[in-house]
Amino acid sequence: MKKIYVQEEWCLKCRLCEYVCAYANSGCENIVFALKNRPISPRITVEDDGKICFAVSCRHCDDPSCLKGCISGAISKADGVVRIDKNKCVGCLTCVLSCPYGAISVGPEGTATKCELCIGNAGGTPMCVRFCPNRAIICE
Amino acid sequence: MPINYEDNIYEVIRNRERCINCRVCERQCANLVHKYSAETGEMVSDSMTCVDCQRCVSLCPTKALKIIKNINTYRDNANWSESAIKSLYKQAESGGVLLSSMGTPEPYPVYWDKILINASQVTNPSIDPLREPMETRVSLSRRPQNVERDGEGNIVNTIKNALTLSVPIMFSAMSYGSISYNAHKSLAIAAKKLGIFYNTGEGGLHRDFYEYGANTIVQVASGRFGVYKDYLDAGAAVEIKMGQGAKPGIGGHLPGEKIVDDVSKTRMIPKGTDAISPAPHHDIYSIEDLRQLVFSLKEATNYTKPVIVKIAAVHNIAAIASGIARSGADIIAIDGFRGGTGAAPTRIRDNVGIPVELALACVDTRLREEGIRNDIALVVGGSIRNSADIVKAVALGADAVYIATGALLALGCHLCRSCHLGKCNWGIATQNPELVKRLNPETGSVRLINLVTAWKHEIEEMMGGMGINSIEALRGNRLMLRGIGLTNKELEILGIYHAGE
Repeated sequence: MKKIYVQEEWCLKCRLCEYVCAYANSGCENIVFALKNRPISPRITVEDDGKICFAVSCRHCDDPSCLKGCISGAISKADGVVRIDKNKCVGCLTCVLSCPYGAISVGPEGTATKCELCIGNAGGTPMCVRFCPNRAIICE
Repeated sequence: MPINYEDNIYEVIRNRERCINCRVCERQCANLVHKYSAETGEMVSDSMTCVDCQRCVSLCPTKALKIIKNINTYRDNANWSESAIKSLYKQAESGGVLLSSMGTPEPYPVYWDKILINASQVTNPSIDPLREPMETRVSLSRRPQNVERDGEGNIVNTIKNALTLSVPIMFSAMSYGSISYNAHKSLAIAAKKLGIFYNTGEGGLHRDFYEYGANTIVQVASGRFGVYKDYLDAGAAVEIKMGQGAKPGIGGHLPGEKIVDDVSKTRMIPKGTDAISPAPHHDIYSIEDLRQLVFSLKEATNYTKPVIVKIAAVHNIAAIASGIARSGADIIAIDGFRGGTGAAPTRIRDNVGIPVELALACVDTRLREEGIRNDIALVVGGSIRNSADIVKAVALGADAVYIATGALLALGCHLCRSCHLGKCNWGIATQNPELVKRLNPETGSVRLINLVTAWKHEIEEMMGGMGINSIEALRGNRLMLRGIGLTNKELEILGIYHAGE
């Protein structure tokens, strides 16, 4: 299975990835309806300490701590992709605490959300990869 | 406080219905046009510093932005146009020479657009380039006058030091300093993959790019920046820059702010000092002097590399070219007055020189008349915008063309003509590391390769249409061209008939 990688050398911290991610996972067809005047919950975040910056999203670890820590069995891994079943998630946020990359966040419904490589939506190339203006995010 | 006569030229229009306050525009504008107001929770724009580079428009995820001309109008005056008045205000304020970048935007005639290409019908068959072989490869060098054969009758190859190009296109000189490391890298990668050449410009060759030497033309200009043995040895050809189409007759000036670490090392001048290229080469005051430099460079490179002499298209170009053809140079490059620049005095850029189409035609004619056309290859540049321009240039007599503005456009340039400000939002004409990284050579080189490949296909299609299957057979084939809307004098200089003739 392909994974999303970031090439920090090329990250411009424009944060477009965050917005297109939120759009891709909003279920809305129109990007303005999806993002205007509402809090967004992207599954990729640009980390920036002034010297270095890059976008962080789920690494789909070989041995995922989030999966091990999940108390409700909502997190599973199949075909190399770690996914969260929001119907099973009870919102305890153990996964948020256990993820070493800080790649899991709380979604609009109070359940945990994370990057699932856009499998459930756009299909094909993840949106952050497609829209990164400088090819800083790649999927290989 | 004195009155500020300056007026914003552009106006940023933000569609509030679509703006989602993501602040991408704010983060991407090096001119600080966009700002987020925490108080009102909205984006505000200060159009005063906008240069219309279109970076924000291109990156806005909701397409909420557009940039229009400021419609604030001065009283109509056909003589004192608004731009004429504004330029004057600027000089009254600053007391300085007006600076501009890229090729002249003034509405001079573009002769390419007044020339039409022929096609075969009935009497001679056209060729389908998808089914039949089509040769776009060209070789730039002095050509032999006679065919020589050895004792067994085999042809002896007497061509020395030719530059072989897969398509008659090269990336023309843009120095490291005037453009960024990543822009140079994109050009180098693309030239290598395409089997063509890029040109270092006068700023030396960065250590990292020596590996692309086989596809590099190294330039020797009046400032001699970064010129030393390894540099000359690294390239496939050496170009002597006598002039530049955008600013014939004057030198160059790269401000000290752009002479940062690597640029200073590559140019071999101290950090922060202005890089000044004198107007003349101080050792060249005649064709004989030029000949000396040509042979000095040949001697220095052990007669293994062709020498190119690049000149700006000026009034007596034909005589100058004739002199150069006799100077021992292998290739003449002519840069027309619409050619680009990283910075030039506005009045010179907009008023000095002649169109490259006319220069090319008269040089080719003159060299043929004098029987020395085969002694030298002819390369033209200065606003080649598409494959049709190339076909027309070749039919007028060029061996190949130089493209630079076109190459920069492929890399993202939007021709805002603000290179001299050093804040290029596309990471091309800047040395600010935050901006330079905006151009990823991996994507940049792919776009350049795409462009040249597309042009190659189109050149093949047009040649096929004319029933010609190799660039060699198109070169100087002026019967394939007809003028449209040109005067008798223009047709005479171009050496072509009018449409219908």
